[in-house]
Formats: sequence, structure tokens, C-alpha cells
Amino acid sequence: MKTVRRKMQQSMSDRIFYISATVIAAAALVIVLYPMYFIVIASFSNSNMVNQGLVTLFPKDVNFYGYRKILERTDLWVGYKNTIIYTVCGTLLNLAVTLPAAYVLAQSRFRARRIVMPLFVITMYFGGGMVPTYMLVKTLHLTNSPLIMIIMGAVSVYNVIITRTFFENSIPAELQEAAELDGCSHFRYFLSIVLPLSKAVISVITLYYAVGHWNDFFNALLYLNKDEYQPLQTILRNILISNQAMAGTTGAGEGSYAQQYADQIKFAVIIVSTVPVLCIYPFIQKYFEKGVMIGAVKG
Amino acid sequence: MGRKIQSVLKKDWQLWAMILPALAYIIIFCYVPMYGIQLAFRKYDFSKGLTGGDWVGFKYFIQYFESPMFWTTLRNTFVISFFTLVCGFPAPILLALVINSLRQQKLKRVVQTAVYMPYFISTVVMVAILQILLSPSTGVVSNLLKNLHMIPQSVNLLGTPGAFVPVYVLSGIWQSAGWNSIIFIAALASVDGQLYDAAKVDGANRWQQVIHVELPAIVPTIVILLIMNMGRVLSVGFEKVFLMQNDLNLSVSEVISTYVFNIGVQSGQFSFGAAVGLFNTIINFAFLMIANMVSKKAADISLM
Repeated sequence: MKTVRRKMQQSMSDRIFYISATVIAAAALVIVLYPMYFIVIASFSNSNMVNQGLVTLFPKDVNFYGYRKILERTDLWVGYKNTIIYTVCGTLLNLAVTLPAAYVLAQSRFRARRIVMPLFVITMYFGGGMVPTYMLVKTLHLTNSPLIMIIMGAVSVYNVIITRTFFENSIPAELQEAAELDGCSHFRYFLSIVLPLSKAVISVITLYYAVGHWNDFFNALLYLNKDEYQPLQTILRNILISNQAMAGTTGAGEGSYAQQYADQIKFAVIIVSTVPVLCIYPFIQKYFEKGVMIGAVKG
Repeated sequence: MGRKIQSVLKKDWQLWAMILPALAYIIIFCYVPMYGIQLAFRKYDFSKGLTGGDWVGFKYFIQYFESPMFWTTLRNTFVISFFTLVCGFPAPILLALVINSLRQQKLKRVVQTAVYMPYFISTVVMVAILQILLSPSTGVVSNLLKNLHMIPQSVNLLGTPGAFVPVYVLSGIWQSAGWNSIIFIAALASVDGQLYDAAKVDGANRWQQVIHVELPAIVPTIVILLIMNMGRVLSVGFEKVFLMQNDLNLSVSEVISTYVFNIGVQSGQFSFGAAVGLFNTIINFAFLMIANMVSKKAADISLM
């Protein structure tokens, strides 16, 4: 009798537990998704109604004024083009540098790794800082050059560690022994055995690097002055935060009429600039947990 | 000796070739700036390049310590990172525990996909979203808070100094709590199922299993991340503060990194900026070392 009652109490408290977990998760879901959903519906609703707070759950008076207006913004598309170039070239450089380095650092017989590895890790915790780095880039004559947007951050030590840990743990050592017996060189073993077996970790670090390039604002702020090289994020800052939404699209005299539509342009700009990133990531999501975890094993 | 080096190089030249690009990048873009730190102790001289001209010792440090901006920037940086740590650190742990407790796999996946998403929004867009949602007249969130009487009618959340830190910290949690929870979710997934069974046999209900099985299992992860966060206690993410700054909130939003940018790069006081930056780096490094030492002594958990 006693045990039955205890069991019942227990299942009761367990039920409360699961219900509260579900409620909290649902609340988190709403808090995270609603602002994003709001931006989406506001981007094609009547902006007067948005400003009056009438658009909350569904779009109202659907129109695509904001999207049509941003088609006319050449600066936005120049920024878009630049960012695509920086992201593609930058990420390719990242991979070309990171993957071989991680392979080498995973070789226990590579004795210099006892010196090279700490050399890499120290830079995670200690650095020259903003001004000395800026002086270096200036000395190398890379300021105002689109090259700096590709080269800066070519190696992320964190990603090297993730990749190295993956190579060490997920690729059987016997493979390498067998390959060596057959006279396979490091180059060939790396290209034809290691890389094809490492799709998981390659997707994860590709995503990390690509998102980093896509969202990079700091390097452009620090090193680029010329308009023609500015990446998307700089243009976004001009439009969204410095409030130049209507610059170049309206003549004088439209005044408040113009301002009224500025917000709609902003919503459209946010969507157009953010959607590409949000579309890619769910495909790679299944590798995240693995990627973050293997990186955390050896900090 | 010479022959030995030759044979090592012959054997390993491919390995050296593969690591050379990364090594070159690290040396040029990380170690050369470290060498360039001496600019903080020298007078900047255009003709002398990277490392500056005449040695002036601690002149620029003293100049910083004696300037009114010293306490302002130090306080602002500390306040922002303190609240980011205190409020932002537990959030992903709670979220991970909640996600781990969901029984429907489908709901679990949906929640995970959703909460990771804001992390991919760029800082520029994030700040723009804040401006839109918190706009004093038309912002959806600020109007909601006003209707619920949680904030006064007249307040402008983006221009009030008192609102800067809460807005910064809460939006930071919104953006990164999900992403930061991944590591705890992964740690929870690796808990041995037998531990749950043993707890059930001992009569533990689900709440007690969280306290006695799950929490102990993720403590090492928590400690490691706490140490790493201590190393950033005085490094507030530059971009977000910089983009959220305006004339109205400058008294609480000028932090060390934005100050280094404004004075060191924009105004061209390179040596002074380098000195302020170095001060920042040293404090961070000291905090990291202290946290590492304490946890090594107390729990035998440490970095490296």
C-alpha cells in the first residue's frame, strides 16, 4: 500500500516535471521565433499599420514596396556581391589552410607538434590587440585592399583543434599504417582517405568560417575605406542603424512620406541579408553537436 | 647534427609543407602584433613603422590611468561583462536541461533548430532588430512592456543609460543561449543510462534525477566554460557595443575596446591605444590564470 502511494506520488511529480519542461520549451520557442516572424510579416505589410501596432500575428495589406525599393539600391547589391566574393574565397582559404594543419597536428609522430601546438593555443588567450594588428596590416599595405577581408582570420585555432580531434578520434589509425605499408605518401593519404572520411567536421567548420565571413563587420570597419569594397554588413549598418534607408531612392519634398516607408525597407533588407545564412544551417545542424563536443574535449 | 636535421626534413617534408601556411599565418598575424605591443612603450613614429620610435616607458599607461576615461571605461566594461556572465551563463544550462527533458523527439528537434537560429544573425542586423522592436513610439516589444506597465510610458529603451545594460544582456541571451546550450546537450546525451536506472531504483523522481544524475554529469563542462569565460571578463564584444552606442547612452556604453578603437585607430593616437589595449589583455589573462588555478585546486579541472 505504502509503495503504491509512493509510486503514485512519484508519477505525479514526474508528470509535473514533464509538463513544466514542455511549457518552458514552448515559451522559449515563442520568445525566439516571434521577433523573427514579426520581421517577416512586417516586411510585406502596410508600414502604417505596422507602426500603429496593428500587425501582430498576420500580415496586413500585403505589398512588396520594401522589396521593390531595395532592388533599386545599387550599394546594397555591390555589398552583396562583395560579401559573396569574400565569403567564398575566404572560406576556401580557411579550409585549405586549416585542414592540412589539423592533419599534421594529429600525427603523433610529428615531433614538432609539441612546439607548434602550444604556439597555436597561446593565441587563443593572448594577442597583440587591436592597434598593433592594425599597424601590421598597414605596414603590409593591406588596408583598403579587398584581400584583407579574405586573409584576416585565415586560421581559427579553435577550428584547428576541432578538426584535429576529429582526425585523431574518428579515423582509425590502422588505415594510416596500411596506407604507409603500401607506400602511400602523406599528401595522397590526406587527399584520398582522410578528407572523404571527414565530411562531418568539414561541414561544421565550413559553416563556422562561412558565417563568420558573411557577418564580418569589424574588419571592414577597421581596414576598408573605399565604398566599392564594402561588404554587406557595412551597407546594412548604413541603411539600418545610421538610418539612411531612403538615401538615393527619393528626391527632396517627399519628407515624412518617405520616412514612413523607411521601416518597410529596413524589414526587407534584414530578410534579404539574413535568409541565405538561415537557409543553410539546418542542413548542417545534425553535425553541430558532434562538432562542438569534439572541440570541447580538448580545450 | 646537420645530417639528422636533413633526414628529418626528408622524412617529414610533406608534413611541414602542410602546416606551413597555418604556421605562417599565426606567426605573421598573431605573433608579429604581439611583438608590436612594444608600441605601447614607445612614441609612435610614422617613419619607424610597426614598433614605433623612442622608448617612453609607462608614459601612456600613466596617461590612461590618470584620465577620467579610465574609471568610466573600466567600470562600463566590467558591469557589462559581469551581467553578461551572471545572467548569460546559467541560461544555456537551464535550456539544455529543459531540452533534454522533452520526451517527444519531434518537439525536441523543432526547439533545437529554433533556438540555435538567432546565433546566425549578424550583429548589425541584431542591433537593427533591437532598434525596431524597442523604438519608443512604434516598437512592438516596448509597447508591450508599456501596456503591461513594466516600464514607464515615456522611456526610450535605446537612449536611456539605465536601460543599456539590460537590453544588451537580454538580447545577448536571446541570441546565443540556444547556441551555447549545444555543448551541455551533448554532455547530457553522453550520460550513462544505467545512472538513471540506478536513481529510479533508489526511488528518485525526475526532479531528483536532474539534481543527482544530470547536474553532476555536466559539472566538468560548466567549470571549463566558466574558466574560459573568466578569461573574457574584461573583453566585451566590440561590435555590438559599438553599434548600440549613441550620444544618449555613451556614459555607460563606452567600453575599453570601443575606446581603443575611437582613440587608438580613429584619432590616430596609436601608442596610447596600444597601451590601453595591452592593459585590457593583461587583466583578461590574469583573470583566466586565476580562474584556472582556483578550479585546479578545488576540483582538479583545468584548461590544457
